[in-house]
Amino acid sequence: MALFGKTKADVDAADKKTLGRGVFRKCDVCGVTLRAEDFTANHEVCPECGHHYRLSGEAWAELLLDPGSFEERDLGILSRDPLEFTDSKRYPDRLVASRKKTGLEDAMMVGEGTMAGRPVQLGAFLFRFMGGSMGSVVGEKITRMFERGTEKKQPVILLSASGGARMQEGILSLMQMAKTVAALRRLREEANQPFISVLLNPTTGGVAASFALLGDVNIAEPQALIGFAGPRVIENTIRQKLPAGFQRSEFLLEHGMVDIIAERSAMRPTISRILSHLLG
Amino acid sequence: MAHLEFEKPIVELEERIRELKVYGIRDRGMGGEISKLEERVVELQAEIYGGLTIWQKVQLSRHPDRPYFLDYVERIFDDVVELHGDRAYADDAAIVAGFATFEGRSVAVIGHQKGRTTKEKVRRNFGMAHPEGYRKAMRVMELAGRFGRPVLTFIDTPGAYPGIGAEERGQSEAIGASIALMSGLRSPILATVIGEGGSGGALALGVANRVLMLEFATYSVITPEGCASILWRDGALAPKAAEQLKLLAPDALRLGVVDGVIDEPRGGAHREPDEAAAALKDAIRRELTELERMSPDELIADRYAKFRAIGVTEG
Ligand SMILES: [Zn+2]
Repeated sequence: MALFGKTKADVDAADKKTLGRGVFRKCDVCGVTLRAEDFTANHEVCPECGHHYRLSGEAWAELLLDPGSFEERDLGILSRDPLEFTDSKRYPDRLVASRKKTGLEDAMMVGEGTMAGRPVQLGAFLFRFMGGSMGSVVGEKITRMFERGTEKKQPVILLSASGGARMQEGILSLMQMAKTVAALRRLREEANQPFISVLLNPTTGGVAASFALLGDVNIAEPQALIGFAGPRVIENTIRQKLPAGFQRSEFLLEHGMVDIIAERSAMRPTISRILSHLLG
Repeated sequence: MAHLEFEKPIVELEERIRELKVYGIRDRGMGGEISKLEERVVELQAEIYGGLTIWQKVQLSRHPDRPYFLDYVERIFDDVVELHGDRAYADDAAIVAGFATFEGRSVAVIGHQKGRTTKEKVRRNFGMAHPEGYRKAMRVMELAGRFGRPVLTFIDTPGAYPGIGAEERGQSEAIGASIALMSGLRSPILATVIGEGGSGGALALGVANRVLMLEFATYSVITPEGCASILWRDGALAPKAAEQLKLLAPDALRLGVVDGVIDEPRGGAHREPDEAAAALKDAIRRELTELERMSPDELIADRYAKFRAIGVTEG
């Protein structure tokens, strides 16, 4: 339950070196070189091969919600170091370095806005920050988002992209799974509001094994890696190579774990239509 | 009897004393020798058990002779009826679930079960459940909830099984769904970590009103081996990772993750299983008596508040 090996294409688009004077960008998957703005205009999906690169939290809010309607909530909640965890770096130093590198406070953005005029709660994992790992801050923000949805009787949309629990916060990270799922249950039972879970690449470990697969509707982006255990862990356990496409969105659709695979450009209309069907 | 490296001096000396007692019973001259050795055992125990390292305690949580779920069930409960299967795919022997009597009241008992013999270890999959294991547990919990029967869970797993079938059948969903079900259950839930509390596979049975831990149990987000292989690409550095993870019972208590720690017999539960079971039984009685005073709504609110408060942040 932690970070798993990244493929070359998984490296965050924001970290990419652009060619020339920042004008051109090469797709790692199909090799095509296009103007950087062609990627940006296409919401970080390669116009040539359709590979979905990572989108920032703000870009997601812009893509899914009515223009200018998004307001971020619960800013200024920061991690501490209750375990005094040190690997090659002290955890507090790692946090400072991640904040500096990404300009983010932690791996979760939550807020509210409207989608086709309907008020919704929106959350997005920020994979760039320590692989989107869920520690106390991420758990707290998600819980508050579900609680706000319950209180205001609004649907919740959460975009997951995470390697799982944050190892550096140990058992406290594990408990965020229980905390967030309990809050999700209240959204359902007390407010009778839907939870739309959007699964992005990758969604694994403790994030997959808590709320991410519990959407009233689960929507995955194409080719996203989604699973409990990382492929490397499974290969080491069963001592055999995994079949092609294993744990990808299409595999989950086939096995009945997700409702819909939606390309990024179809995400907003897909969610919007579901909410209309459920809520009128 | 199997034993760990650090237990050897004690176990060997104890063996020696037993032998002397059997063969030297009529030889009065042996008396002095035996009592000298017995003194030495006491010293050795104080020295070894008094100074256990973190890694040695982790090893105790996985001791091959450590009492497993069913060893406790046998000693604590009566009138056990085991229920099988998830009604969808299979009966997962890595989790045992059913109803039993605890001091006159019916309760649901659910736990991870490890095997003792090689054959049983394989059958129980080393206590690593597949989705159908969690779904069986959920079925029994739901039933207990409907009839207001308390749910007692016993956690002892290295983790949920990481395999192809497990992923195909929705390991993530099963664990998440079990957490959700427990958070809304209308009867009292008491969870006890009796051995290894391995990540999501443990938490799937762990969303309780009260969570207890045996003294030498562990509760962790990842195994020390897994942690070491991620951090240093070397599973052999597990002892070092164990020190970082703060996975022992006193740590979990300090971090607010468990509500109480149950002392084990000196040197670990495997040395005196009856004594360990008696201590566990006392703890269950105490906690259950308190929880039974709460209404279903209070129980759900209590559980929510308990987990809502876990986590350390600033700002
Ligand atoms: Zn491409």
